[in-house]
Amino acid sequence: MLLEVRDLHVEFHTREGVAKAVNGVNYSVAEGETLAVLGESGSGKSVTAQAIMGILDMPPGKIAGGEILFKDQDLLKLKPEERRRIRGQEMAMIFQDALSSLNPVLTVGQQLGEMFVVHRGMSRKDARTKAVELMDRVRIPAAKERVGQYPHQFSGGMRQRIMIAMAMALEPSLIIADEPTTALDVTVQAQVMELLAELQRELNTGLILITHDLGVVADVADKIAVMYAGRIVETAPVHDIYKAPAHPYTKGLLQSIPRLDQKGRELYAIKGLPPNLTRIPPGCAFNPRCPMARDVCRSDVPPLYEVDERRRSACHFWKETLDAR
Amino acid sequence: MAELKKEPVDATPNVSAVETVDVATEAEAVAAIDAPVSQGEPILQVRNLVKHFPLTQGILFKKQIGAVKAVDGISFDLYAGETLGIVGESGCGKSTVAKLLMTLERATAGEVFYKGQDITKLSGRALKAVRRNIQMVFQDPYTSLNPRMTVGDIIGETFEIHPEVAPKGDRRRRVQDLLDVVGLNPEYINRYPHQFSGGQRQRIGIARGLALNPEIIICDEPVSALDVSVQAQVINLMEKLQDEFNLSYVFIAHDLSIVRHISDRVGVMYLGKMAEIGTDTQIYDHPTHPYTQALLSAVPVPDPSAREGRDRIILTGDVPSPANPPSGCRFRTRCWKAEERCATEEPLLAIPERFVAGSTPATHESACHFAEERDVVHAA
Repeated sequence: MLLEVRDLHVEFHTREGVAKAVNGVNYSVAEGETLAVLGESGSGKSVTAQAIMGILDMPPGKIAGGEILFKDQDLLKLKPEERRRIRGQEMAMIFQDALSSLNPVLTVGQQLGEMFVVHRGMSRKDARTKAVELMDRVRIPAAKERVGQYPHQFSGGMRQRIMIAMAMALEPSLIIADEPTTALDVTVQAQVMELLAELQRELNTGLILITHDLGVVADVADKIAVMYAGRIVETAPVHDIYKAPAHPYTKGLLQSIPRLDQKGRELYAIKGLPPNLTRIPPGCAFNPRCPMARDVCRSDVPPLYEVDERRRSACHFWKETLDAR
Repeated sequence: MAELKKEPVDATPNVSAVETVDVATEAEAVAAIDAPVSQGEPILQVRNLVKHFPLTQGILFKKQIGAVKAVDGISFDLYAGETLGIVGESGCGKSTVAKLLMTLERATAGEVFYKGQDITKLSGRALKAVRRNIQMVFQDPYTSLNPRMTVGDIIGETFEIHPEVAPKGDRRRRVQDLLDVVGLNPEYINRYPHQFSGGQRQRIGIARGLALNPEIIICDEPVSALDVSVQAQVINLMEKLQDEFNLSYVFIAHDLSIVRHISDRVGVMYLGKMAEIGTDTQIYDHPTHPYTQALLSAVPVPDPSAREGRDRIILTGDVPSPANPPSGCRFRTRCWKAEERCATEEPLLAIPERFVAGSTPATHESACHFAEERDVVHAA
């Protein structure tokens, strides 16, 4: 296994108390595999990714427990210098907002080349040649002329391509993409997702795709982990989850999105709001919003039950959820 | 808590301007604007609407060196009680259309008839009456509510500007009724926006839009900032309110699935022009314009078994600059069907000749010389 997150806990110490952003997350990614982490804002999907990358703001953040095994090595036990060597070289991240993740006062060529100067000890001149190559590879037209331009001179889609080029530069074995296409128009989103998938196939990279878009997930993912209030509520191969969700939250999400290919009935709306992370309800965190909640849901935290060999659901009543369609 | 005391400075703007208008015609205009429109009649008729933003050079001696053609001649009707969806990529001019309909921007050319009155030419009392009847719900519930005002003041402020809708003593109760209508606890009237979640804030925005009993609400990306599970709540609320108050919506969004769900008719915009317009079935199941087809095929469908079966069109390149749009058909630079004719002759928005005779779902307005039906939404 390329990456394995085991029982990860992350807390934020705020004035209002301790916000438990991640409460015992387990997931794994193999080489060449795409894992989609699906969740709403505040579900802990980005915080988990930041913990893996080692870019969590500490304080206020604090990793309160667990292991992150990358190629059988626990990242949390490494020294900062060793972490830094892995970051960028072996794992890279693509962020949602390319404009604010690129440095506005450096040309894109300088920023792309920096990877090679820092990690590979190349000269500035060679690094620039490499930068042009990379831009060609992510299909930015007229790469040679544009290598000296600044981020604001590129369109949103082109900027996201530069981010992808940067992430792919040192051919890492793991890429974490945090909402990579959320800020883009659909036609551009399709281009960018296709490019990402193509490069992933080429380099056999493991990909963690963090998103809230059920459509994007269905299009590219091999397996899904659905997160709610800092926990994984369901993991499954992508086909299974869309056919028959085994957790009421996943089911609610799928029913609440309108379809492009048919005129809908009234949308199913999950009632209420996601919980405040400083006051996560006892028992199952989803119980106040769940149509199936019973007494046991309010008292006992559901473990990840084994639905079948490749599926897990953190619902006491996963069987009923699966059957009631 | 006492209501914040505010001088109603803006309550009667342009007093002098009102007097310059011919009183008789203005009174007629106001009467026409307040007259009811029956279901199914056009309530808003947009004709060749144009908005150019000038590009200038120089500081002291400004001279115009060009214009961003944000909206460049679009026409459509909005019928009473219906929802017209407007879709398109960023920069296509859909938000400028919203501002023009709200008379927040002055049109460069063209007309917008509201019950027969051209609102682009109105001023004074008549314009104010129009603005009362056409309200707006904004995209970002975080920046469109003043953080220093309570919810009661945010919604109640509309009554300061249009005092005829609610007498002074009655306003607090009216605001509480509105909160109740949009599904918020009326006791929250003294809370501030930061005490609410995104979905709740958008409900406040909707309550503000409803306060003056408008007939039309322009919604500019009303749910795109919200989480998936909350989006459904807000969409359902908007549909309920439409039935309850007989509202007409212009629903502007980039999420094509949501637009299909809520709209009766849909218009597709590209670079300031309307590419195609029709009922939701006509546009989604029987699109004839290549741009609509490309746009629809790019939308990922939440169904992994549709992955292979669907016809995918991946467009190359970006949207050209609206300051210097391509000649002829604006989509030709990214279109796989483009021929010489497309560069020289601009296609008009009309029912394509080959479909005029029939009465199939392909018979709807489409601005393409080579309009052709193609299903890109359903898996083969």
